[in-house]
Amino acid sequence: MTVGGSGGAVAEHPPPSRTPAVPDAGRRRPLGARLLGPQRRNLWFWAFVGPFALGLGLFTYVPLAWSVYLSFFDAHNTVSPSGSDFVGLGNYTAMVTNEAFLGSLGTFALFTVFIVPATYALSLGLALMVNRLRIAQAFFRSVFFLPTACSYVVAAVIWKLSIFNGVRFGLANTVLGWFGADGTAWLSTTDPPWYWLVIVTVRLWLQAGFYMILFLAGLQRISPQLYEAAAVDGARPGWQTFRYVTFPQLRATSVAVVLLLVINAFQAFDEFYNLLSDARGYPPYARPPLVYLYYTALGRDQNLGLGSAGAVILALIIALATVVQARWFGLGRKEE
Amino acid sequence: MVEIGRRRVLAAAGGGALAAGLATACGSNTGRGGGSSGPEIRQWYHQYGEPGAERAVKRYAAAYRKAEVSVQWRPGDYDRQTAAALLTDSGPDVFEANGPLLEQIQGGQVADLTEVVEPVKDDFHQAALAPKIWQDKVWGIPQVVDVQLLYYRKSLLRDAGVEPPRTLDELVDGAKKLSGRKSKGLFLGNDGGVGVLGGTPLFAAGLSLITEDGKAGFDDPAAARTLGKIRQLYADKSLLLGAPTDWSDPAAFIQGLTAMQWSGLWALPQIEKALGDDFGVLPFPKDGSGGKPSVQVGAYACAVSARSKRQAAAKTFAKWLWVDRTDYQQDFALSYGFHIPARISLAKKAEQLRQGPAADAVRFATDHGYAEPLLWTTADRTAYQDALSRIIKDGANPESELKTVVRKVNAELQRVKKK
Repeated sequence: MTVGGSGGAVAEHPPPSRTPAVPDAGRRRPLGARLLGPQRRNLWFWAFVGPFALGLGLFTYVPLAWSVYLSFFDAHNTVSPSGSDFVGLGNYTAMVTNEAFLGSLGTFALFTVFIVPATYALSLGLALMVNRLRIAQAFFRSVFFLPTACSYVVAAVIWKLSIFNGVRFGLANTVLGWFGADGTAWLSTTDPPWYWLVIVTVRLWLQAGFYMILFLAGLQRISPQLYEAAAVDGARPGWQTFRYVTFPQLRATSVAVVLLLVINAFQAFDEFYNLLSDARGYPPYARPPLVYLYYTALGRDQNLGLGSAGAVILALIIALATVVQARWFGLGRKEE
Repeated sequence: MVEIGRRRVLAAAGGGALAAGLATACGSNTGRGGGSSGPEIRQWYHQYGEPGAERAVKRYAAAYRKAEVSVQWRPGDYDRQTAAALLTDSGPDVFEANGPLLEQIQGGQVADLTEVVEPVKDDFHQAALAPKIWQDKVWGIPQVVDVQLLYYRKSLLRDAGVEPPRTLDELVDGAKKLSGRKSKGLFLGNDGGVGVLGGTPLFAAGLSLITEDGKAGFDDPAAARTLGKIRQLYADKSLLLGAPTDWSDPAAFIQGLTAMQWSGLWALPQIEKALGDDFGVLPFPKDGSGGKPSVQVGAYACAVSARSKRQAAAKTFAKWLWVDRTDYQQDFALSYGFHIPARISLAKKAEQLRQGPAADAVRFATDHGYAEPLLWTTADRTAYQDALSRIIKDGANPESELKTVVRKVNAELQRVKKK
């Protein structure tokens, strides 16, 4: 057997060498050709990936790095502070001792406690119901999915002005009136904190349909033979089958759904801002971190240094929470 | 069949682009004056709700001959838009400022307008002008004065046997008597007055936000006592909360959802049209022996960007519009919305402000008007409003809440004085 070469005699057992086993071995290819790669693969790689990478760098990583830089300066009303404005870790110290910022983290935690289990349960329930339908399945799937297309801003305004306004002709208060109950100022009452009902329901309405689709996909991947085997083994349909067959089979989907829900909860902004803020500001209750940082960095205060420090702290918390959660759920681990 | 060559296609494309460009230029309304010459000046306004205001400011701009002024009428969150734009070179040359704020002045974002204002300085409403002055320099020209007032419905008060309140205690009692299942006694905004009242109750108690010698002006038991009474209004369920429109809109008052409402002078024509003479206006009632009635005044100002490459031309235009052209100032204040002209001489001449509730409002603004001081920073305002929210809605202890705010305000004062 001969090895390589464009011709000529080659030893049957060539000595070990660093000569590559390519057609033009021994001849160094021009720089341009090497940069282009075999079959110009490098060129095509950068043609497709380059614009995206450039955009990502320019609009994500550069601002991110700039934000970290700003977080070490007293950057009021400026994005290019001078050396005399350097405050070291001062902004970080101010942020972690700031009751309002810590309170906003508490708000986020509370919101997560409400919204993650509620959305999980509702979307799974909807998926199970829709999956069992023999007729009009596509119709109901669309009906539940459609709210996903609605913007958070529009939904928040509808919730605020039509359903949960505090006067007698609001929808919720009209219903209360039928039972002889007094109207409630849903968004202005802190004891009891009815505003949570408004915030949680609007997000549930908006996002449950999307997660229902994920669960539906997961349900349709479960092999019918498993159910048959379970039935043969004596599992009763209903709760027992769900508990021992369906739910464990949805493990991967559940992990993804919970992870997405927690990340989405961290990003909560639109519905909070549109439900609770007015021209004069935002109340101290139910103020999630992004709303607080928005007011700090981009509000009239324009304290871009302090806001950047808060953003860095928040990013670190999100990263930590994601890693912990991924390890806890075994995300990415091979199925046993 | 005619063959279409490459040259012909390029020529057609070029012609099309030229035609499209011309069409765009002719069709867009930039607010520029037709016969003006000189540099182009970009002027920004926030979006006024009153019909005709936009057309009016574009008409003023078009009448200016020394430069081409392009007006941008900006809807949405104007304060944040300008704050962001002032960080760049692409912002406005001349702009309306809800301030300008101390941070903007200290950050070198706005130009010194002392020379422009100096000749007529005494003719401006002094409470409105004071927050535009820092280190004896003027940083904005007040355009119009806005006043906040207590509107009350005469017939509803009469039916309930309630006198127009002259003290805070009377307001608390009256609002309770006027509250029922269908309507409430008082509307201070959907947040219970947290946002709009600001320092008004403190002034009503004879205090201030910041004293003349530069300290927190409410380190006093009277402040806690007065804010406790605002909490009482909430606890009595006398406040309208969650109305479809907020305090700045008179809809809730006109629709009979509330017997009294805290709102602005701008709402007066709308209320007058709906209720005729069945309403009156009052300042926020005084509280305690050292108290005095109080109304908050505010003034959007015309400012010039310090980053403007046409700063001199922009200052000349600002002077022309907001110092020299008193006819335009009068028109802007009274022909579209309802505001007090910032110049005292113009306010005195205005027919619309000489009788009825409007005349009362002018008198209140003159006698009891206060404006948030320039040293009252955004951080102070946030801390104070958060405390006010906890006092009113959660029943938090006013004394301990205010002590925390006093510490914060004094720390902020130290910070800004160092600059």
